[in-house]
Amino acid sequence: MKEILSKEIGKKVLFLSNEAVCRGAIESGVDFVSTYPGTPASEIGNTFWQIEKDLKKINPVFHFEFSTNEKVAMEAAAGAAISGFKSLVAMKHFGLNVASDFFHTIMYSGIEGSMVIFVADDPSCWSSAQSEQNTRFYSLMAHIPTLEPSNPQEFKDFTKFAFKLSAQFKIPVMIRSTTRASHQSGPVTLGEILNSKSQIPKFVKDPRRFSTMAPRVLEMKKELFEKIEVIKRESERSNLNKIIYGNSKEKLGIITSGVSFLYVIEALKKLNLKLPVLKLGFIYPLPERKILNFLKKLKSVLIVEELEPYLEREIAILAKKENLKIKILGKGEKIEGGRIWKERKAILPQIGELKPEYVEIAISKVLNKKPSFNYQLHLKKFEKLKIPARPPILCPGCPYWAVINAIKKVVDPQKVIFGGEIGCYMVFSHPVINLQDYLYCMGSSTSVAHGISKMTKQKVIAFVGDSSFFHAGIPALINAVFNQSNPLIIILDNQTTAMTGHQPHPGVGNGKVIKIEDIVRACGINNVKVIDQVENLKEFEEAIKEFLEKEEASVIVARHICVLLEKKKKT
Amino acid sequence: MKKDFNLVIVGVGGQGQITLLRILEEAALVENKDFKGSELHGLSQRGGSVEVQFRMGKNIFSPLVSQGDADLILALEMQEALRALYYASSKTQFLLNELIIPIPGENIIPKEQILNSLKNFTKKIEIVEASKICREKFQKEILAGVYLLGYAQKKGFLPLKKESLEEGIKRVVSEKHLEENLKALRLSQS
Repeated sequence: MKEILSKEIGKKVLFLSNEAVCRGAIESGVDFVSTYPGTPASEIGNTFWQIEKDLKKINPVFHFEFSTNEKVAMEAAAGAAISGFKSLVAMKHFGLNVASDFFHTIMYSGIEGSMVIFVADDPSCWSSAQSEQNTRFYSLMAHIPTLEPSNPQEFKDFTKFAFKLSAQFKIPVMIRSTTRASHQSGPVTLGEILNSKSQIPKFVKDPRRFSTMAPRVLEMKKELFEKIEVIKRESERSNLNKIIYGNSKEKLGIITSGVSFLYVIEALKKLNLKLPVLKLGFIYPLPERKILNFLKKLKSVLIVEELEPYLEREIAILAKKENLKIKILGKGEKIEGGRIWKERKAILPQIGELKPEYVEIAISKVLNKKPSFNYQLHLKKFEKLKIPARPPILCPGCPYWAVINAIKKVVDPQKVIFGGEIGCYMVFSHPVINLQDYLYCMGSSTSVAHGISKMTKQKVIAFVGDSSFFHAGIPALINAVFNQSNPLIIILDNQTTAMTGHQPHPGVGNGKVIKIEDIVRACGINNVKVIDQVENLKEFEEAIKEFLEKEEASVIVARHICVLLEKKKKT
Repeated sequence: MKKDFNLVIVGVGGQGQITLLRILEEAALVENKDFKGSELHGLSQRGGSVEVQFRMGKNIFSPLVSQGDADLILALEMQEALRALYYASSKTQFLLNELIIPIPGENIIPKEQILNSLKNFTKKIEIVEASKICREKFQKEILAGVYLLGYAQKKGFLPLKKESLEEGIKRVVSEKHLEENLKALRLSQS
């Protein structure tokens, strides 16, 4: 991390893959970086946040921002890129859902400088409450060239390639990662930091290019398809797609990408096998000829990928079109899996991340060979242990404890529904707290509360975090006023985006502070109180009691700084 | 080193697992060995179980250790050692910190029961009062992790040089806490 701006070309340093993305962007001469924090992508923003000032010494136009949400972040990055700058925008998979409206459209217009979109999925939901998502299907839907690196060195190299590809074809390029790929650390060799700006770019008016309106919009779609056809030829030629053990005479081959590739090589080492492996770095558009040539020498192919079968489907279609007689193995019909993959009827699971031993077992199964270790027996022995889970819990001294204690004291949980959202307060689901009756995505606690209270007349307390309120909570609040329902919204304002590493948000400012209570009042809420629930517990309890009786929506801003941030500020 | 070396460190969020991983990685970098680390971020760090993995050798691909394939398991908390049995087999060396942190809402699993479970997987088990020693000597339990790294090195469980670990600490730990970390490492070696 210390070496992120080092000028020692050729030096081997230690990077997390996400830090390697930052270094790759810096070596490419990135001008603009935007993000909304979300694990497993948070380190991209955290890194640029820390080095922003130093990077400005190298590239004076450099700008970094935590945007209010991922859609805004992507739009801002596009604004820079259509003006001719080099931009990077980073988010987790849910963030791409938020940004997806704009995401599909920017592909039609393309950009002028370069634009790289970094998205990290979270198989096994290690840091994701809401769903386990396979972003690769977005590549198909939006027609975005997509790269999938495997290790920290590749994260840097692929990022540089993405910037080049984006500039060459004037099109955004996506880098798709997963938790185990992103939160993998290893040695990375530093390259030269590029900084060759002859002049500062300007937005050049060209509505034909940047204004999507029918009938022009359909021409734009055609132009996008044409670009993708040309990029497909790049994909065919690219050494990002490579064959390992290409001289092997074995009739079973493997096609894989990303972190799964690492498990494949590890499994082959353990089984002492040299099966031909096609490692795809370009996962959209796929190098179709290269894949077909690889398949032609084989009787069967095992597709090793995490989550729902993306490569497997695409490759099956390809093989079918060419009338290839080849057995395509992968996920199978049965849906199985989980954090510990119990049943092994399908070859590979669709649920939960892969592990190196799953891949070894899959290969052994196909070849009717014994794995290097009796995994099944070991797993049985392990599962007999029945170890109690240790789920995360709020830190000692967390100001949210006061919120919990007050609610436990003055609210009858049988009569009130508790709506949760994304942040540390997801821990309200912990069995010892038990104040979370539903949980979906950012911004949803208030809008779902509106639907429930409007129709059932039940009372709902919706929790919203401070950062989450700015992210997507405001339209939901306006809706509750506009369409007249009466939830009590408690905004848990700990003055930071705590869970992802204490990033700032508009309520604490970046020069200018935007007060949450001012927005709440401007949305038309009449019952508003701002209370430090730790210092004024009694007042907080009384406010809850009072507002629960109201016929219209009401808001309490429970404002007390995160205990960890407070400690950090003191040291 | 002929074979890959596989290490799993388990404990509770806040015990400094990621710092330990960074120290090991920098030490491996000093010795010009190939390595991979794996860690998890986000909510899991808030008082939940936290596990990091470290693999070192000539040519390392997977960042994850396979089931039953750990050479060394460092448990900063004893109940968490049970969870790490996923990675343990008869070849595995366990090094336990004599410390139990209760799981909210659950009964404490007694030490004897933990050790009996571990013995079903491997006979190579050592317990060190790292937290107690660091509390008494430095008034800082968080140094237990570095103490255990040093202990593992001295006992030959960790194929890295003492000097490399010291260099790792110097590169990773902030100026303010550097001296006490080096002292904890040296104490474990004396």
